[in-house]
Amino acid sequence: MRALEPDDRRPRAVPEARAFGDVDEPLRDRDFQLALWILYELHYRGFDGVDPHAEWDPLLLVSRAGLERTMEHALRELVASAGTADPVEKTGDNPADDVVLALTRMTVADGPSTVSGFLQRRATRTEFCQYLGERAIYHLRESDPQSFVLPRIDGPAKVALAELQYDEYGGGRPERLHATMFARALESLDMPTDLASYLPDVSGETLASVNVMSLFALNRRLHGAAMGHLAAFEATSSLPCGRIARGARRLKLPESVLDYYDEHVEADAVHEQLAIRSICGNLVAADPGLADDVLFGAATCLEVDGMAGEALMRRWLDERERRPEPAKRSRAAG
Amino acid sequence: MSEVRRVVVQDCPGGPLLIRGADEVVGGDGTVGKVERPVVALCRCGRSERQPWCDASHRARRRRKKD
Ligand code: FES
Ligand SMILES: [Fe+2]
Ligand SMILES: [Fe+2]
Repeated sequence: MRALEPDDRRPRAVPEARAFGDVDEPLRDRDFQLALWILYELHYRGFDGVDPHAEWDPLLLVSRAGLERTMEHALRELVASAGTADPVEKTGDNPADDVVLALTRMTVADGPSTVSGFLQRRATRTEFCQYLGERAIYHLRESDPQSFVLPRIDGPAKVALAELQYDEYGGGRPERLHATMFARALESLDMPTDLASYLPDVSGETLASVNVMSLFALNRRLHGAAMGHLAAFEATSSLPCGRIARGARRLKLPESVLDYYDEHVEADAVHEQLAIRSICGNLVAADPGLADDVLFGAATCLEVDGMAGEALMRRWLDERERRPEPAKRSRAAG
Repeated sequence: MSEVRRVVVQDCPGGPLLIRGADEVVGGDGTVGKVERPVVALCRCGRSERQPWCDASHRARRRRKKD
């Protein structure tokens, strides 16, 4: 009980309404997302100089739960209004097959995503580095959120998630750990490899795209959404990574940058199948009640990552407007 | 321990074949792909630019509009 009595030296819960009652667009609000990110970070690596007990401080947990309620509500509204996750179409009496089909359809590429097309054909070296900096917040911790789901699932879905994570974590070779490969890419461009350096510039939308993974992975009731999110993430990765790798070649960027993106063309072509079929398919086969959660998670990934991409595109185009370089003048991205 | 290592091929309709436990994959043109990850995806649609591996090109809609 004592821990619930706030004093000035300890974390303090801010009443929900006062704390973020006036946040109109939580998914775009940088302060809101940064607050949530900091609270989640206590569960990953913590902060130098912050008492590790803060991870389970009841007042911080109360604050986190409040932010999460607002976040989840915003996500459900976003997905409902976008109509990305229609209720599973029943094509037969096998709910797992229906979900596999729905996930495959949802993630069919509709043409190149704007960001990867921009990186492939038009980005300058500076813009490419800005992209790496924006993504660093996730890639330096690549795949960590989903590891929290392992103890929450069972059977073939668990085996498949472990297999996917093993590949993300280097398949037995520390130098192939995806987060480490990304850090090497940053290093080769003389960019910092500590995540904190990128926090000041990252958009609210990008923070939201990372926070949503923690929201799903750290709340057991949302583990179906976590796996649906993973499936959509992996299934929309290979083709864009191929375009980004072509952009890196065009700009003659160092080998480590190519290596990271080439690796993801190949790895995510595998992960797409593992996540859609072996993880989500088996999860729903074991518990058909999870089908809607899985599709909600997948739709969330598509919508929120789309928002983050748009925010980044806007930033690039705005910056180009402000200091036009005749040779690089941009047309609106296709 | 005396069990012979198993090679398993998993069919992904509309997509690649997933292969576990193989060491090498020989492409139609004779090039040998070394298996360097626990599971590999083998292109079946012929559209991959990284043969013999799948690069998810099977999912790209055929060109709709230019980028
Ligand atoms: S089967 Fe995936 S690219 Fe051919
Ligand atoms: Fe990865
Ligand atoms: Fe992956």
